[in-house]
Amino acid sequence: MDSWKLWVYLQTTPLFWLTATLAAFFVADRLAQLANRRPVVNPVLIAVILVAVLLKASHTDYPTYFNGAQFVHFLLGPATVALAVPLYRNLELVRQNLLAMLAALIVGAVTAIVSAVGIAAALGAPKVVLVSLAPKSVTAAVAMAVSENLGGLPPLTATLVIATGIIGAVVVTPLMNALRIRDFAARGFAAGLASHGIGTARAFTVDPVAGVFAGVAMGLNAVVTPALVPLILPWLS
Amino acid sequence: MIRGLLILLLFQLVGEVLSRALHLSAPGPVIGLALLTLAMAGWNRWRPFDDKELDSTDLGRAAMGLLGVLSLLFVPAGVGVVQYLGLIGEYGVALAVALVGSTLLTLLATVGAFLAVKRLLNGREA
Repeated sequence: MDSWKLWVYLQTTPLFWLTATLAAFFVADRLAQLANRRPVVNPVLIAVILVAVLLKASHTDYPTYFNGAQFVHFLLGPATVALAVPLYRNLELVRQNLLAMLAALIVGAVTAIVSAVGIAAALGAPKVVLVSLAPKSVTAAVAMAVSENLGGLPPLTATLVIATGIIGAVVVTPLMNALRIRDFAARGFAAGLASHGIGTARAFTVDPVAGVFAGVAMGLNAVVTPALVPLILPWLS
Repeated sequence: MIRGLLILLLFQLVGEVLSRALHLSAPGPVIGLALLTLAMAGWNRWRPFDDKELDSTDLGRAAMGLLGVLSLLFVPAGVGVVQYLGLIGEYGVALAVALVGSTLLTLLATVGAFLAVKRLLNGREA
């Protein structure tokens, strides 16, 4: 078998793109480590860029890529359930902050939807883009279902969700430090509510309590936002 | 390790079934998360354990292992951006401004509401 044929074969196997995904993340995470976990050097963003460049260079389409990468993607479900372990460990702290969390949940979820759709509409984005954008602060699977139900484009929603997660993970630490907010429960809750799992992953690298509250916020928002979007959207368009 | 993963998958499965059967707005894994937290609280009442023991169980290790690589798990969905480069190019500015602006506003509103209510309650206690 000549090398071209070997490449053509490898490119379509799940093994190749699964390996490429892990390798890209390994490199990205090393870079983040070397940068002392400075928020701008976000490992998800770097890994996505590396893989996207590789796909473009090799003329590989997304479904072929996902065929391999789905094994990694699948683990998002069990990882969400796994948040029960740190949550259980900090149950007392969560109980003490219950009312503050509920207030922040409602205020945050409404702000996320209204501000995103309002800004994009003011700048001339069409309705299908607005619907795809509305659930951008909740975890990808839930946001895609909301988008689909209301006539958006689910894969576009997934992209906007990931972008929101990366933006939140990059800005949350400098923003909270600038405001001199030292309550890690509040900081983490905001990170998880605004930017779901990617914000939660960032929060865990900053402080374990922040990570727990981020996980709780992500879970609660995944319940509240699907109920809010259909109520709020008609008012905005 | 297998037992830990099995517990996580079983709770996700039960969550998925409940979510679909009862038409709940909460997704399966989030229901699984809530149920597993309750189950751990119930187990602790029946056979008390401390945080240290929890870390060394199969469940504790599987859970912390997965959460340790949480960022990696978003890469496949993130790469989906390649499908929408055209649409994103067309409305790139509107989308970028909306995402950055909305994320900042959401962070501020959430942390503000959290701290305001917390201070209000603590003030009343004092």
